Amino acid sequence: MSGAVYYMTTYLIRRAFVTMGVLYLIATLAFFFPRLLPGDPVLLLLGEAGSTASEEAIIALRQKLGLDKPIAKQYATWLIDIVHGNFGESLFGYGQIQKLLFSRLPNSLELILFSLALACLLAIPSGILAAYFRRSKIDLAVNLLSTVGIAVPVYVLAVILILIFALKLRYFPAGGYIALGSNPIEHFKYLLLPVFTLALNQWALFARMTRSSVLEVLHEGYIQTARAKGLAESKVVMQHALRNALIPIVTLIGLQIGRLLGATVLVESIFNWPGISSLLLESATRRDYPIIQALLVVIGALVCLINCVVDITYGLLDPRIRYD
Amino acid sequence: MIATLAVPILPLPDPNTMNISCRLQNPSHAHIFGTDEYGRDLLARVLVGTRTSLAISLGATILAAFSGTVLGVVSALARSYIDTLLMRSVDLLLTFPPIIVATIVVGLFGGSVVNLVLVLGILQMPAFARLAYGATKVVQGMPFLEAAQAIAVPKMRLLQRYILPNILSPLLVQFSITVGTAMLLESGLSFLGIGVKPPTASLGQIIGRARGYMAMTPSYIIFPSLLLSCLIFSCNLLGDALRDYVDPKLLRAKK
Repeated sequence: MSGAVYYMTTYLIRRAFVTMGVLYLIATLAFFFPRLLPGDPVLLLLGEAGSTASEEAIIALRQKLGLDKPIAKQYATWLIDIVHGNFGESLFGYGQIQKLLFSRLPNSLELILFSLALACLLAIPSGILAAYFRRSKIDLAVNLLSTVGIAVPVYVLAVILILIFALKLRYFPAGGYIALGSNPIEHFKYLLLPVFTLALNQWALFARMTRSSVLEVLHEGYIQTARAKGLAESKVVMQHALRNALIPIVTLIGLQIGRLLGATVLVESIFNWPGISSLLLESATRRDYPIIQALLVVIGALVCLINCVVDITYGLLDPRIRYD
Repeated sequence: MIATLAVPILPLPDPNTMNISCRLQNPSHAHIFGTDEYGRDLLARVLVGTRTSLAISLGATILAAFSGTVLGVVSALARSYIDTLLMRSVDLLLTFPPIIVATIVVGLFGGSVVNLVLVLGILQMPAFARLAYGATKVVQGMPFLEAAQAIAVPKMRLLQRYILPNILSPLLVQFSITVGTAMLLESGLSFLGIGVKPPTASLGQIIGRARGYMAMTPSYIIFPSLLLSCLIFSCNLLGDALRDYVDPKLLRAKK
């Protein structure tokens, strides 16, 4: 086995163990979270009916939720259920959580991936241009737009876009969702505004980072060497500068996926997009604990997974980075 | 900002007075920003809302800065296992996107001002803890600290006179950025309708309510949005300026 592959494999194995440890901690956190809340969970679940509910109803609910068993056993059951992907049922009759997640999660991922791709496609070229033509009009425009983009809250941006494109121009619907299977063209029409909202928000950060990172690299000695060799300017920028400038950008993108998950809370609720974030909001206001627990686990797992992917990308971008 | 502080002495209409006859008006001489759906003066509402937003974000940031700095410095100075334990729990807290945690907690406990300050403060704490931790570790390696330890300066004095002044500048930068972040989070929660409850006004809440009327009276939503963006913008700008001021590395790069 060659050195690089060996490092990579041992790193991946170790990383997998660490990730599993973190996931276990998150699952534990999610288990204890509703139990740490003040008051009897059963009474809490019954809500207003709690004070008037009969003794039998309380006992029945406690048995149904498995809360009458010792806490160690509850904990074990919870962990085993999670491993099997079984998150139980909604308290308010919204059915099996597993099914809910399966129908909602792809929608959120679709939103996040599309907006991330769009943001990168726009941000990396504009950042490179701004850095290369430093102090030019392009640079000024990118700087100005990105500064504004960072300050404008994502939901204000959403409202502005709705105001212009949905209410005034009537190009796109103001919100809603149509399944991809039933009508693909309509589906993308509904997708476009939320994706744009998220992408513009991300673009500002990525473009700024690309600009400053490329700017730093352009002064390095190896760029001079590359130019001295007589390489075409495009090759100097794209292969020698950009590749070395990508590390901080990838870090930022990785961090931003987590943030994007957060931003979807607002965007999904504004555009009535049925993803996991709007599910979270609905369940939190409804106090649907099992769903919140399941979402804690799922979101935590997603963030962990993303961090893993980002760390592995480092090694691919820069072979000098050793996994040890 | 000055206008917000001067709210009590400005000759403004009462922000809670409802006047159904002039609902959802566009800007006019009597109501510079127009009115909302209950005929309340929007300028007055917006200024009062800004006060709430500023109070919550400042309160949360002070809480975060204080507890985070204490945590960071203590774990940097403490024995290795306490250090590991504290910093790992901070890492775990960082796993979740802040607005998700805030949504759950505020959604469950309700969005009183105190709750919001607590939640936002705790969510911003890890950033300060990490920063203070790193800065303290750097200072610990400096010769002047060793010298101070060698002449047996008492521990409290060591902390006050030698460590804190040297880790203050990055924390100051973080402070100004965090105020902006906290404001963004608070307004986001209020926008969703799980932040502060009426009749208390907050910028996010006003924007959230205005959403329903934006086709009829665009000014209702535009003014508070503009103000909020400007506020966050100025926090970021202040942070950037402070960073340029305190960061010697950047100064060198400029020359």
